[in-house]
Amino acid sequence: MAKVKKKIKTIKIDLDKCNGCRACEAICSAFHATPKYSSNNPARSRIRMIRDPLRDVYVPVYAGEYTAAECMGRDKYIIDGKEYDECGFCRASCPSRDAFKEPDSGLPLKCDMCEDDPPLDKPLCVKWCLNDALIYEEREEEVEEDIKAEDVQIGLESMVDKYGMEKVMDTIVRMSQKD
Amino acid sequence: MRYAETGYNLEIDLATGNVERVETDPRLTELHLGGLGTNAKMIWDRVPADVKPFDAENLLIFSSGLLCGTPAPGANRTIVSAYSPQTELFGYSMMGGFWAPELKYAGYDKVVLRNKSPNLVYIWINNDKVEIRDASHLKGKGAVETAELIKKEINDPGAQVAAIGLAGENRVFMASIEQGRSSASRLGLGAVMGDKGVKAIAVRGTKDVNLAKPAEFVKLCEEVLDYIKLREENPVPGVMPILAGLGSPQEMKHIDEKWHTENFMWGNSRVRRKDFWTKEIAEKWKDVQLNVRTRLISCYNCPMKCGAIISVPGISTYMMKCFSKLTYAMAAFVDDLDFGFRIAQRATEYGVDGFSVPQAMAFGFELREEGILGEEYFEGCPSDNEGKFYWMLDRLVRREGIGDILADGTYWASKKIGNGAEKFAHNNIKKHEQLPLKLGMLNPVYYLMYATGEKINITQIEGQFPQSPFPTMEEREAFIKDWIQCPDDKFKKYLLDWELRGEFANPTYPTPEIASDIVDWQEMIHYFDDALGICAGLSSFPLKPPYHIHNFPKIISAGTGMELDEEGLKEIYKRNRNLVRSLNVRRGMRRADEVPPEDHWKKRFPELEQKLLDTYYEMKGWDNDGIPKKESLERLGLDYVAEDFEKRGIIKNG
Repeated sequence: MAKVKKKIKTIKIDLDKCNGCRACEAICSAFHATPKYSSNNPARSRIRMIRDPLRDVYVPVYAGEYTAAECMGRDKYIIDGKEYDECGFCRASCPSRDAFKEPDSGLPLKCDMCEDDPPLDKPLCVKWCLNDALIYEEREEEVEEDIKAEDVQIGLESMVDKYGMEKVMDTIVRMSQKD
Repeated sequence: MRYAETGYNLEIDLATGNVERVETDPRLTELHLGGLGTNAKMIWDRVPADVKPFDAENLLIFSSGLLCGTPAPGANRTIVSAYSPQTELFGYSMMGGFWAPELKYAGYDKVVLRNKSPNLVYIWINNDKVEIRDASHLKGKGAVETAELIKKEINDPGAQVAAIGLAGENRVFMASIEQGRSSASRLGLGAVMGDKGVKAIAVRGTKDVNLAKPAEFVKLCEEVLDYIKLREENPVPGVMPILAGLGSPQEMKHIDEKWHTENFMWGNSRVRRKDFWTKEIAEKWKDVQLNVRTRLISCYNCPMKCGAIISVPGISTYMMKCFSKLTYAMAAFVDDLDFGFRIAQRATEYGVDGFSVPQAMAFGFELREEGILGEEYFEGCPSDNEGKFYWMLDRLVRREGIGDILADGTYWASKKIGNGAEKFAHNNIKKHEQLPLKLGMLNPVYYLMYATGEKINITQIEGQFPQSPFPTMEEREAFIKDWIQCPDDKFKKYLLDWELRGEFANPTYPTPEIASDIVDWQEMIHYFDDALGICAGLSSFPLKPPYHIHNFPKIISAGTGMELDEEGLKEIYKRNRNLVRSLNVRRGMRRADEVPPEDHWKKRFPELEQKLLDTYYEMKGWDNDGIPKKESLERLGLDYVAEDFEKRGIIKNG
């Protein structure tokens, strides 16, 4: 496969600076509403505060790849005397939790770094975090060219995982007959 | 579609278990905005004037503010309303945290509780699914503990829980409702919740809150954030550090407590300790605070860090905000801040008001020292100051012995005790304990806020205008140069003219007219906050806040789609102010009740004080007894209030 130069966008997270306000969730869900900003609903956000105040667990995590299966792990980690569940660091939309799924459809959500036209100078969650817990970074890397799966395909795959190919096909046929 | 609000309330009849989702009239939002405004309207319409706070007919309303759940920074306040057991007037108390936005996402603007449950229950609101669940296993549990247990039981760590502790269950008049890192503490609404048999309300929502003009709204929000950054980088010069920045009093951040410990009163609001803050104390207190403070934290969608997670070794973790780290220690004359954090943990789990309860306990011990309360009331009471206060707190929330008497607050307790005890309940306004401040020269602006505030608590009303004059003209000119919050240039002149001494100094300046103007501005912003659910820490409380009269109409219009300009918004403020006052007037409140504590200021000026009230009432369109006049009410569309007042003979026809 051909090598291409690609801009890698990441959000670095400084757990110690997070004040747990969830402004990142608020503005993320607003940005991704249609039309843009028309509604607010943190349950649709592609960044999520994993939050357990009494144990001082404050972890903002932004959504990564969809995964069809639960992981085998679920280990606990002790970092600086605080106990974290492995789920608290995982960016996947997976069957075992509600995070990073559209609340109505259950379809997986993935962070797109607020892709916009014209482009924003940084993702909005970073802009809205006045405590600098989220730090935007860009770097160029030579990577193998990959073919980006379309949103519809990712969505359909998750539906197939959930309901089986047959049921999804039947539904699509039924829907097309209605038209 | 409804914008900014959901357009639905949740009505729960606790006697029958009936739950209804009720569509609300959008016209009410145009008239009152929401939050406090529509709470007051609902209580006016639905709770008869003679209902007692613990009657089944008393409604307990949990309302989100109009902007809660939108991206507006700091829009997260829950406004709880009912008739207060302590003042017997309209009680409204507020809390930040995360509950109100969650309620919006569940699809409701308010939760309205009526009647009483025969058994202790909790309410679980999960979007459209609402359950009233048995809470007998939570009886006697702490407020923070309860929230954690419920989250586990419903298996949803994202749920937000507002809960009462033992104090609320036992109808302690000073009981609070605790939630997130916040609490609705004043006016005893936790007691009303306990009386209704409700231990907690848990809520979780995954629905949309819609905006009318989305792009415009978010741009305005970003301007608010930009201004917060600007203010962080540019503290107001020439004022105390706690007044220089934004946010609620940042007691978890600030460690230097020289000002509070030396200027507020210790004990039963009696003694000022002018030389308290020594180097040794400063170092020790710094160590204590930094050791127990795990993290500075916020409410929903707010960049300020006004609260903290507090982990004191050996006791369960809790969250603290504001001032209660000092109130218990100062009331008990304990010079160790560690005691403050420890007893506040117990008090938070019990769910009590951290301002009133330490006062009531100190009052009890003062009566003992004076021989008004005999030793029989204190059997088993330890002799050290720390032990005494723990002992009393335990009794007070359980309503045992002397605790049962003190649980009603100092006003009612002194009536029960008699034998001259009334003289010792010296720090009340309208039966409610105030901050332990005893000052020198009467300040006309503060006189009016103390006397006439319907919240019966002046804290957080002040904020738009400096608390004292700047010594030099250069400082004054510098202050007004970027005073974008000013509704009218006349306020700039007031500030320029205000001197430390002489004719243009307290008490003769600000004059009654000017003092009334200043108070009106401060109240206006506060009434907006309480209707919109915006935290006072970004609006009515600090100097030069990011929210003000010039951007509020734009934000509300973009959020709701209502056409609103500054004049229109001011009308809504006047309507809400008059409706809240009318609720209290209908329950008998009059000018004679609008009296700050006798010893609040050393130097008093009875004639000036009368003039201040006369001028303020006139400016408000009220008669000389503080009752809104018929024409004032009609001008604001409150004809129904005028009619009611006529029927009751409160105002005379024609």
